Amino acid sequence: MDDILEILENNARISMADLSKLTGKSQKELEKAIKNYEKKGTIVKYKAVINKEKVKGEKGVVALIEVKVSPQKDVGFDLVAERIYRFPEVKSCYLLSGTYDLLLEVCGEDIQTVASFVSEKLAPLSSIRGTATHFLLKKYKQDGVILVKKEKNSRLPITY
Amino acid sequence: MIAKRIKNVPPSGIREFFDLVLGMPDVISLGVGEPDFITPWRIREKAITALEEGLTSYTSNSGLMVLRQGISRNIKKKYSLSYEPKEEVLITEGVSEGFDLALRAILEPKDKVIVVSPYYVAYPALVEINCAKVLYLPTTQEEGFKINLKKLKELLKQNPKAIILNYPSNPTGITYTQKELKAVWKVLSSKNIIVISDETYDELTYEGKHISFPSLDKKAKKNTILLNGFSKGYAMTGFRVGFACGDKEIISAMTKIHSYSALCAPIVSQVAATEALLAQKDIKRMVSEYKRRRDFVVKELNKIGLQTINPNGAFYCFSSVAKYKIKALDFAKKLLMQEKVAVVPGTAFGREFSSHIRISYANSLDNLKEAVVRIEKFLSKL
Repeated sequence: MDDILEILENNARISMADLSKLTGKSQKELEKAIKNYEKKGTIVKYKAVINKEKVKGEKGVVALIEVKVSPQKDVGFDLVAERIYRFPEVKSCYLLSGTYDLLLEVCGEDIQTVASFVSEKLAPLSSIRGTATHFLLKKYKQDGVILVKKEKNSRLPITY
Repeated sequence: MIAKRIKNVPPSGIREFFDLVLGMPDVISLGVGEPDFITPWRIREKAITALEEGLTSYTSNSGLMVLRQGISRNIKKKYSLSYEPKEEVLITEGVSEGFDLALRAILEPKDKVIVVSPYYVAYPALVEINCAKVLYLPTTQEEGFKINLKKLKELLKQNPKAIILNYPSNPTGITYTQKELKAVWKVLSSKNIIVISDETYDELTYEGKHISFPSLDKKAKKNTILLNGFSKGYAMTGFRVGFACGDKEIISAMTKIHSYSALCAPIVSQVAATEALLAQKDIKRMVSEYKRRRDFVVKELNKIGLQTINPNGAFYCFSSVAKYKIKALDFAKKLLMQEKVAVVPGTAFGREFSSHIRISYANSLDNLKEAVVRIEKFLSKL
C-alpha cells in the first residue's frame, strides 16, 4: 500500500495540508491520486468507527449469521449473495471457505427483529440450505481499533 | 567516602532543567529518547507466555543460545557478517551494559579513548569511570556532524586505545555512507585501535542501507566490538536487552565481567527478544511512521527558522538556535516556561553545542504539529 492509502486508512479526516507535509506530495498531486483511488473503487467510502455502547439512547443488536447455500449453475454463489446483501439490515456479507458459505453481519432493533429477518426473509430463499444465528454480546475490537481499554505509555518526559 | 574518579564525573549539567520539566503539567515533550510506540503485541504476548511457563531462572551468562543464534542469523542476513553464536555473541542488559563491559574489558588506567562529539551522554562518563581519558573529536553542523578525517589523524597521534562510533547518531540522527565509513576506516586502520561501534539505531535508517562497521573488511571485523540491542528498533526499552558481537577473545573477557557483575540479562526479556527477531513487519510499520514524522518535522523546523540538517536515521533532529543569539539552555528553559514544549539543550551532548537543541520526533503527529505551532510562536517573540 502506498503512503496515501496507509495514512487515510488510519485517519480519513486528515487535512490535505497535513497529508501533503507527510507524503511530500503537493496538494494537487494528492487530490488527483485520491480521486483516482475513489474512481477505481480502491477507496470505497470514508466513515467513522463508532463505539455504539457509548451512544446515549442507542438500542440495537448485531448478529453474525452463518448461511449454507446451494450454488447455482454458472453464477455460483454470486446471485444468491446479491439477493441477500441488498437487504439494508445486512451490514457485511462475505463468502467463506469451510463448513458454511456466507457470513453475514446483520443489525436490528432487537432480537425479535433479527429473528424475523432470518425466518421471513433469509431462510425462505430457495437456495438457502440452513442458517445459524449468533448474537454479539460485547465488542472488544472493531476495524483494528481496540474499544475497551486504552494502552498507557509510561515514558519519562526527558531521557537521553 | 566516594571514589575520586566518580566524584570527578560531572553530573548532568541540565539536571535542574529536567526537574523543571518533571514538575510541569501539560508539557509536550520532545525530549524523550525512546520510541513512543508500545512494544508490539506479539513480543509482549511471548513474554507473558514465558512467565506462564515458569521461565523465571537465570540463563547462561552469555544468554539464551536460541537468542544468540537468532541474532547471529539476523546479522548475517543484514550485513553478510558471520559471528559464531557460541563464542562471539554476548547478550547484555541493554546496549548500555554492553558499552560498559567493552570499556572494562579493554582499558588500562590512563588509556585514551576517542569520543566523537556531540555524543551520547554515557560515553565520556563511562570512559572516565573506567579510569581512562577522553579525547574529544568535535564535529560541526557545517560538516554535517560527520567525522573530520584531518582532526581524526591528529588525535591518532596520541595513540588512543579505542574510538567510539555511534550511527545513526543520538543526538544528531546522522549516519554514514559506505564510502564515508571506508574513508574513516582507512585512517583508523593505520593504527592498532579498537572500534566500539554502537549501532543501536541501525533499524531506524531512512535513506540508503545501514552499513555495519565490522562489515568493511576482515581487519575491521577483528578490531570492532559491535554493540546493538532491541530498545530502539523494536520499541523494547524497558526490557533491557542488548548484545555485543566481536572477536572471541574480547567477547570472552566481556562475558567474564558480565558473569560477575550482572550474571545474565533477565530471562523473560531474552525470550521476548527472540520473538522480536521475527517481528519484521512491526518494525517496518514503525520505521515508515518515523520517516513520515521526520519529513514533516524537518521541513517545518526549517520553515519556522530553526536550521536543521536532514537526519537519515534515529528519531532526533539537532537544530541550531544560533541565529537567535541565545544559549541553548536558556532557549530550552524559556521555551518550556512560555510555551510548555520541552527539548534537550545541546550542551548535554558536548560542551561546545551551546547553540543547538535536540528534538525527538518519537511523538504523535498531533503533538508534533502542536509543538511546531508553539515553537513558532515562541521564536516570533525572541
